[in-house]
Amino acid sequence: MEDFQIIDNYLMVRLPEEVDHHRAAYICENADRYILQENVAHVVFDFADTRFMDSSGIGIIMGRYRKIACFGGRVYAIHVDRQIQRMFALAGLNKIVEVLA
Amino acid sequence: MNSQMVKNEMEISFDAISRNESFARVAVAAFVSHLNPTLEEIADVKTAVSEAVTNAIIHGYENLYGYGRHGEQPSSACPVHPGKVRLKCILEGDVLHIEVEDEGKGIDNLEQAMEPLFTTRPELDRSGMGFAFMEAFMDDLEVDSEPGRGTVVRMIKKMGSSAWIDSEE
Repeated sequence: MEDFQIIDNYLMVRLPEEVDHHRAAYICENADRYILQENVAHVVFDFADTRFMDSSGIGIIMGRYRKIACFGGRVYAIHVDRQIQRMFALAGLNKIVEVLA
Repeated sequence: MNSQMVKNEMEISFDAISRNESFARVAVAAFVSHLNPTLEEIADVKTAVSEAVTNAIIHGYENLYGYGRHGEQPSSACPVHPGKVRLKCILEGDVLHIEVEDEGKGIDNLEQAMEPLFTTRPELDRSGMGFAFMEAFMDDLEVDSEPGRGTVVRMIKKMGSSAWIDSEE
C-alpha cells in the first residue's frame, strides 16, 4: 500500500506496486492534502515497491513539482529502477527531479 | 515471411474502466510469456499497452478518474460512461502486433496529440507522454482516429531482441 509520511519538512510518498491512472488520483489527492496542511517544502517519491509505472507516474511527479516549485521546493525520487529512469529521461524529468539511487 | 512461422492470435474486449488497465497489460504480458522475453521487454510492452488503454478510457470514453481514487469502488460523483475497449494481439513468430481500439470520441488533432508533453487534460495531472512512451517502447506505432467514431492504435514489437540494453550503456 502507498504510504504518506512527514519527516521534518519533507513529504515521503511510498508509491504502490503499480503506478497507473487507476491509482494516480488517490496518490495526487493525498499528497496535495499533506502539502497544503503540513507545510511541506519538499517531496520524496519512493519507488522501492514499484514494479510497474506508465506515464501517469510522470504526471504525478510533474503535478506535485508545480505545486511546490514556486516556493523553492524540490522533488526527489529514490529506489528508481532502470525502466523508470528511462521514462524520466524521455519526459525530461531529470531537470526537475533529483534521482537518488 | 517464413512459412513455418507460428501464428497466434487473441482478442479481448472489456469495459472502459480504470481497473481494466492492469488487466489489459497483464493479459498481453501473459500472452507473450512463452517467448521468454526479458524483463525490459515485458515492461516495455506493458507500459505501451497501459498507455493505449488508458488513453481509450480517459480520452475516448471520458472516464476521467480512476476507481482507485476511492478505494476500489466507483464514486457516485463520477458517473461511468459505458464503452468497450478492444484489445487484439497477433504473434507472428517473435513479432508482436497489438491493436487497441475504442469507439469513443476520437482525436481531433492527431499531430498535436502525439507531441510529447501535450495533453488535453492538464487538470488531471496527465503528463502528455502517452504516445511518446508507446513510440519509445515499441518498434512501430500507428494511430488511426476519426472524431466521433473512435481510435485504433496499432503497435509492433519484435520480442527477444533486447538491443537497447547494449546500445544504452
